[in-house]
Amino acid sequence: MATLNSNIPAGPLGQKWQKHKFNSKLINPANKRKHKIIVVGAGLAGGSASATLAELGYQVENFVFHDSPRRAHSIAAQGGINAAKNYQNDGDSVFRLFYDTIKGGDFRAREANVHRLAEVSVNIIDQCAAQGVPFAREYGGLLDNRSFGGAQVSRTFYARGQTGQQLLLGAYSALSRQIGLGAVTSRTHSEMLDLVVVDGHAKGIIVRNLKTGEITRHVGDAVVLATGGYGNVFNLSTYARGSNVTAIWRAYKRGACFANPCYTQIHPTCIPVSGDYQSKLTLMSESLRNDGRIWVPKKPGDRRSPQDIPELERDYYLERKYPSFGNLAPRDIASRAAKQVCDEGRGVGETGLGVYLDFSDAIQRLGEDKIRERYGNLFDIYHEITNESAYRTPMRIYPAVHYTMGGLWVDYNLMSNLPGLFVLGEANFSDHGANRLGASALMQGLADGYFVLPATIGNYLATQKPDQRPKTDHAAFKDAEHSTQSMVDRMLSMNGKRTAASFHKELGKILWDYCGMARTATGLKKALELLPELREEFWSNLRTPGNASEMNQSLEQAGRVADFIELGELLCLDALTREESCGGHFREEHQEDGECKRDDERFAHAAAWEFTGVGKTPVRNVEPLVYDEIKMATRSYK
Amino acid sequence: MKVRLKVWRQKNAESPGGFETYDTPDLNSNMSFLEMLDVVNEDLAGRGQEPIAFDHDCREGICGTCSLVINGKPHGPHRKVATCQTYMRSFKDGETIVVEPFRAKPFPLIRDLVVDRKSFDRIIQSGGFISVRTGSAPDANSTPVPKIHSDLAMDAAQCIGCGACVAACKNASAMLFVSAKVSHLGLLPQGQPERDRRVMAMVTTMDEEGFGSCTVTGSCEAVCPKAISLDFIARMNRDYGVALIKGEPRRNQASEGGA
Amino acid sequence: MKVITRLWRSSLGKKYLMALSGIALWVFVIGHLLGNLQVFLGPEKINGYAHFLKSQAGLLWGSRLGLLAMVVLHVASAISLSRQNRAARPIDYGAGAPPLAASYASRTMLMSGLIVAFFIVYHLLHYTLIVPAVNLQGVDFATYQRKLADNSETPDVYRMMIVGFRHPAVAASYVIAVGLLCLHLSHGLSSMFQSLGITRFSREGRDCFARGVGLLLFLGYCSIPISILLGFGKEVVK
Repeated sequence: MATLNSNIPAGPLGQKWQKHKFNSKLINPANKRKHKIIVVGAGLAGGSASATLAELGYQVENFVFHDSPRRAHSIAAQGGINAAKNYQNDGDSVFRLFYDTIKGGDFRAREANVHRLAEVSVNIIDQCAAQGVPFAREYGGLLDNRSFGGAQVSRTFYARGQTGQQLLLGAYSALSRQIGLGAVTSRTHSEMLDLVVVDGHAKGIIVRNLKTGEITRHVGDAVVLATGGYGNVFNLSTYARGSNVTAIWRAYKRGACFANPCYTQIHPTCIPVSGDYQSKLTLMSESLRNDGRIWVPKKPGDRRSPQDIPELERDYYLERKYPSFGNLAPRDIASRAAKQVCDEGRGVGETGLGVYLDFSDAIQRLGEDKIRERYGNLFDIYHEITNESAYRTPMRIYPAVHYTMGGLWVDYNLMSNLPGLFVLGEANFSDHGANRLGASALMQGLADGYFVLPATIGNYLATQKPDQRPKTDHAAFKDAEHSTQSMVDRMLSMNGKRTAASFHKELGKILWDYCGMARTATGLKKALELLPELREEFWSNLRTPGNASEMNQSLEQAGRVADFIELGELLCLDALTREESCGGHFREEHQEDGECKRDDERFAHAAAWEFTGVGKTPVRNVEPLVYDEIKMATRSYK
Repeated sequence: MKVRLKVWRQKNAESPGGFETYDTPDLNSNMSFLEMLDVVNEDLAGRGQEPIAFDHDCREGICGTCSLVINGKPHGPHRKVATCQTYMRSFKDGETIVVEPFRAKPFPLIRDLVVDRKSFDRIIQSGGFISVRTGSAPDANSTPVPKIHSDLAMDAAQCIGCGACVAACKNASAMLFVSAKVSHLGLLPQGQPERDRRVMAMVTTMDEEGFGSCTVTGSCEAVCPKAISLDFIARMNRDYGVALIKGEPRRNQASEGGA
Repeated sequence: MKVITRLWRSSLGKKYLMALSGIALWVFVIGHLLGNLQVFLGPEKINGYAHFLKSQAGLLWGSRLGLLAMVVLHVASAISLSRQNRAARPIDYGAGAPPLAASYASRTMLMSGLIVAFFIVYHLLHYTLIVPAVNLQGVDFATYQRKLADNSETPDVYRMMIVGFRHPAVAASYVIAVGLLCLHLSHGLSSMFQSLGITRFSREGRDCFARGVGLLLFLGYCSIPISILLGFGKEVVK
């Protein structure tokens, strides 16, 4: 059994972070120079952490599998970033942002972490503006805000529809500066394939160079993983094609606990799947729901074109079910409702997996020009992808996997149960509970990288002597390199019949069918029968063309799919064990009038799974969630 | 629909490359260009051949990873979109499509259609930033920025760093890329203290990386997925002239504090 | 000089040198045209103008040397940049399409520039150094002199022009060269704004201006040989 000590500082909630910073150990500048920190990933969390640690004087080595540290999928975030600045004077505060986030997460996040997140949100905006992030401004030259994701205050800062891109480029520029100064060594085209654990501490990684195929060992006093989420386990998602679980999965297999893998967020407004060949789902901004009305035909199997279906034969199901929130119901609720009507055979489009998002009323009310002004670029994207004009015919949308709240377990210092292993951003589990609010992912990534880790990592490093850092010829390094090499060799030599892509598709279908928007014990048990079979077939019937000593994208994909299959099993197991519904995890057995029914008696805790071997049941460790300041309540949107 | 692909295949930078012709399996016209390549690759792998290596990631036009020159045009036939947002309905059934990597000396080829664009990173590392330590920033609203400047800065900042500008330019010039960053930071009050040294340092690195010069043909702007304007090049030229007259050194001194 | 070496060390600097020398050469092209057009005002006017220039040795040689320096700077930067540009794109695309959106003038700047440079050499041999072999008329322009009031002799420029351009091949080469020069200017002038970072005028406006200026210069220069071929000034020959 792993020991999970959350290390939450004592004292009143509002003072914990200040106090903790004061009590944290400092490293003197001369010693900082001697400490070497490995950072994997250069998205918002990894990029900002690498830059900031280097500014503090640590030696940093940054690894990305991309060709450049500017490509991470943080770049695709559209909406914005929340911060409790209260520039709009509309009653926002750190406490309100904290409370909204905890409630949005369906009371499954750690109170102290979320409060800290709300506190540092304020500094993030200052930092980014100083870096030259071109946030939207008012004519007076001050920053503009909008309300987002159903929040009652306007606290979202944005840069057109490309906030993630601009924030990432800000972090990338800070990182680039440190690379230019020689304080960070940047290794691109470098995929982490194993974590090296020496005497129980994370001390290095094994990396494959994707250009040359060379496998190398890298040692550090601490290892920081900021490698993003694992939503591509579903194959089709709004994630980048390259997003993967490999880094955190292999850390899990080396002893780090994986917490709450079943918390996955499904976003309601994506462009539906159009065919079997599809590789990627595209998100349409949530803001469309402000003016669009969602409906399906009342009659199952109604194949008429939308214009031919009279008003009386349409079911505006969100307005019907949730009269007060209507089309603006939160993400998880809107997604489940869409699935329900499609399951009833009332879905639209060729595949029957889609619902209409209709702007005709809004166009009649406001005129086409107004709609074009508000959503023109989104309508253009929609047209580009589907070749349909949403001005003439309703958009078709369907939910898609968008974010994963689960991840490696970390304590208040963002350190996992493996000493020396730190996990940031979407890769950890800490701040969003069972559901993430819009515009909060960017906030968490940057909070972790710019402000939290640089302050807490000293607590670990103070206990480590850089001159006693293990050498790369240590047995643990040899062993890790050997196991990486043999996995690569095995994948290349099997010479079976199926490609990794075909396994990925099958895996995605199993997970989407049995562990998607609505889960049942029967379905999950079925998935837990199918997945081990899939894993076995993968390891006996895989075909990977090419060889190991050059760029080989099939090999990269095979390794990632292998990990996704194993993760799929854990995800289903976690979903089966959590016999309640909360946020992104909906168990059909646990509902009240179609809404999530939490079981705070039995499940007010984080489940942190501990690896025991492939195909063996992992150990479920539990960290109870204790709320000192707030009371758990039921979310209702009727 | 089906198309015939003429694709550049090259094992690595050292070995010689050449065009190979492939007839695709049956396609759906709603496929993206990259999904078409996925299908071709599955087909190749099924027949025991090595799939075509190509760069891609987000597949929604923002990460800047995808490249490809399709029928002589970087990012394909349509303006203002990247290759990943190009759909097969833009091509005719039975058409022959020529697919090549980005060609430029500073973008050495890695394999097939994949090139190495690290030269762009080195340009940014030489000066494409505002030097601000984490934690030292003043309140964000203490520095107002006129909306018109901030909007123009955003126009420049949209650059996704894909390198299509270089690929399209007959001189393989990186001026559009460099000028977008120089203008983005130079338009904001936060970027003023380093404005002169930034432009000098970045242009010096750009030249050292081996990019060509700008002969104002406008090809870069025509293929830019974010439609970044040629006017930013003029803006950078002016900044450069000012910095030169002021006697700004050609590169940032590495001895400067920070590490 | 230090500024020039600083400029020479970067591609942007060389573009500055090209733009600045280009302006000087463009000003000369305008002045030269205005001088030449005086041919239509009769022999007295143009010969008087030629005599005036000849009598100001300092001004004449100053401008000649200055122009030469500008040409050297312009050509040297162009060649240096072109080399850099070619090295940057060692392999061409197989699809064989011309560069996107690039105008013909913009793609042919080096070629049009070099041809014009060769023509200038010929033009100097023809009319300035008056080498008899190149005028194709079998006459020596050096013998075309006229007497001034004080009985001294001065070249009869008017007659040289009329006789020189009466040969169709000479006139044609002149028209072609001037055409290329104006094509060169139609891109060069608008690029000059870009290279010097003058963004005051819209790009369409700059392009329009450059093309307009190019066309006007072309019409102006061509009017002389064409009029002569059509019979203007034939009384001189008899």
